[in-house]
Amino acid sequence: MTVEPFIGLSALLFAIGAIGVLVRRNAIVVFMCVELMLNACNLSFVTFARAHGNLDGQVAAFFVMVVAAAEVVVGLAIIVSIFRTRRSASVDDASLLKL
Amino acid sequence: MTSMSSIVLAASEHADVVPVAADGVFSWMWLLVAIPAVSAAILLIGDGAGDHGPLDRFGHLLGTAAAIASFVVGVVGFVALLGQDVAERAVTQDLWTWMQVGGFDVTMSVYYDQLSALFVLLITGVGSLIHVYSIGYMAHDPRKRRFFGFLNLFIAAMLVLVLAGDYLVLFLGWEGVGLASYLLIGFWQEKRSAAVAAKKAFIVNRVGDLGLALGIMLMFAQFGTTNIHEVGLNVTNASQSVATALGLLLLLGACGKSAQVPLQSWLLDAMEGPTPVSALIHAATMVTAGVYLVVRSAAIYDLSEVARTAVVIVGCVTLLFGAWIGCAKDDIKKALAGSTMSQIGYMMLAAGLGPAGYAFAIFHLITHGFFKANMFLGAGSVMHGMNDDVDMRHYGALRKLMPLTFITFAMGYLAIIGFPGFSGFFSKDRIIESAFATNFWAGLAALLGAGVTAFYMTRVMILTFFGERRWREDVHPHESPKIMTVPLIVLAALSVVGGALTFSDWIEDWLTPVTGSEHHELGVPAWVITLIIVAVVAVGASLAYVLFARRDVPDTAPQQVSVFTRAGRADLYGDAVNEAVFMRPGQYLTRSLVYVDGTGIDGAVTGTAELVGDGARGLRRLQTGFVRTYAAEIFGGALVLVLALLAVNLA
Repeated sequence: MTVEPFIGLSALLFAIGAIGVLVRRNAIVVFMCVELMLNACNLSFVTFARAHGNLDGQVAAFFVMVVAAAEVVVGLAIIVSIFRTRRSASVDDASLLKL
Repeated sequence: MTSMSSIVLAASEHADVVPVAADGVFSWMWLLVAIPAVSAAILLIGDGAGDHGPLDRFGHLLGTAAAIASFVVGVVGFVALLGQDVAERAVTQDLWTWMQVGGFDVTMSVYYDQLSALFVLLITGVGSLIHVYSIGYMAHDPRKRRFFGFLNLFIAAMLVLVLAGDYLVLFLGWEGVGLASYLLIGFWQEKRSAAVAAKKAFIVNRVGDLGLALGIMLMFAQFGTTNIHEVGLNVTNASQSVATALGLLLLLGACGKSAQVPLQSWLLDAMEGPTPVSALIHAATMVTAGVYLVVRSAAIYDLSEVARTAVVIVGCVTLLFGAWIGCAKDDIKKALAGSTMSQIGYMMLAAGLGPAGYAFAIFHLITHGFFKANMFLGAGSVMHGMNDDVDMRHYGALRKLMPLTFITFAMGYLAIIGFPGFSGFFSKDRIIESAFATNFWAGLAALLGAGVTAFYMTRVMILTFFGERRWREDVHPHESPKIMTVPLIVLAALSVVGGALTFSDWIEDWLTPVTGSEHHELGVPAWVITLIIVAVVAVGASLAYVLFARRDVPDTAPQQVSVFTRAGRADLYGDAVNEAVFMRPGQYLTRSLVYVDGTGIDGAVTGTAELVGDGARGLRRLQTGFVRTYAAEIFGGALVLVLALLAVNLA
């Protein structure tokens, strides 16, 4: 089995996610880009698990999914609550936490 | 100094004195101190301060009675001492152990010998008279109870000083009289000048006390004891330099207490105190404590010619210094204070001559105690009649209105200038003779001082009692009440007959066991010197007569005066020198220390804090609050990490 296409796809997805986090202002989109990066990593994990023939990578992928699910719950709750008070989902508007 | 070589022999003479344990009358000598001390305690801490209780109405009588009781004990002790064998005239009584630390042992003891006995009589005798006088002088003062309490405290402390058998106990009395002096100079504390003068006296005295304290520490370090008698025995085996150091340190202490140059500046200001205080403390007794210290430490001074020479120089300089100031002052009390400095200079000079002069120092001290207390009280009596004006230019022609004050003051005047037959004549004559016999220049200074003394005392006399009346309009001079004039009469009588102490060399023989004795031969017969002294005195007095009695006295002090007068009015710039040499540099030192503290030490501390703060303020810029900036930083960091790993792996 050749891993290069899978790893290439994973890298591509990760790059798209990273760029999305850096350039987009909408919190929901930023959030989705984070998810994209997590899943790019998951793809790498399962690819290497398959290539090495053991389950370690797959277990790690499950952990990532669980953590991501929990994170989505908390993150979306925060985004919704900020939107309620500020009528805005732009991450640049929530810049009060500074000196 | 010439002919000092024979003195070591004389030193061993009085080191032979062996104190005997007190019994009979002598075992009650502690009462001398205890009576005034208890009276002072009752007057000062007894209840009802400030209200009109019995202590406020009769406290002055208690204080006076205590002083007189102490005097009676002193007389009884003196008579008993006269009855003792010469070898048994130094009696000592151990009261209790004051402190005992390892081998160091200080016993609270009463040491009563020929020298102490004379001082006890002077202190309690003159002290009692001044207590009586104060009843009249302070009659209208609302705080006279406190005044008499302080006076009793002074008497008690002064007696501790002269009855001490240990330098540390002497130091206790020394500080006690310093405290009493401070309290009494500042007795009218609502007057700013009095409060400042009290502080000045206290501080200048601290400088001298430092010398005495260091001297006592040196004794302890060298001999392991501070007992006066034992120090006297030990010092003969010590090295020359130890004796010199001790002598100079004790001299510094004596200079402070006795207002000798260079620590003279406080005495003139001390005249801010009530006049009886000036008479008792700042003329008759406390300021002579320095002379007492030198004479009591004879065993030390006998061994060090350097220290003795220093004492002679201090004495000579001060006797001329004080006389100069006395000439220039218009304030009657300050003129007398200058004269006190000058006369104590004579005593110091005599004490510095060694065994040849100790007895004369004490003799002059006693006669001076009589005539100077007399004149101060006389000045107080004049002020009493002149609405407390002290400016002699406002007096004049008081002899008819204050006959008793005039006559008693005149007795003191004749005594101090050394009019033949009066007490000062004998005592000063002896000092000048011994000074000439030892060192020509010291003798010359003393002779010149005698002439100047005659000049300024004649001036005081003429300005106050003779000439035209120059009184202010609202002043009605009157003679003082009997309670004030009776002490004056007694002191005047003593001023006249005090010289009798030297008849057939009584006082010299009496003090020989304590001080040793030595006679230097003069190149010329003694009567020649006496004649010269009388001639010099006559010149001084006539000069004053020509200058002040034959001319009108200006109502205000003339401003166009010679450099000498101006210097004298400014106390020979003593304060200016102190200010320039000690106070200003001290101030600059403290200011520069404050500056170093403010910029250096505080600067290092606050500087560190500011550096951290500035750094934090710079780093704060990184915290923008923008999520995407943080994300970029995280990615940048991760990128650097990855690149670094790749570089390591590929290398």
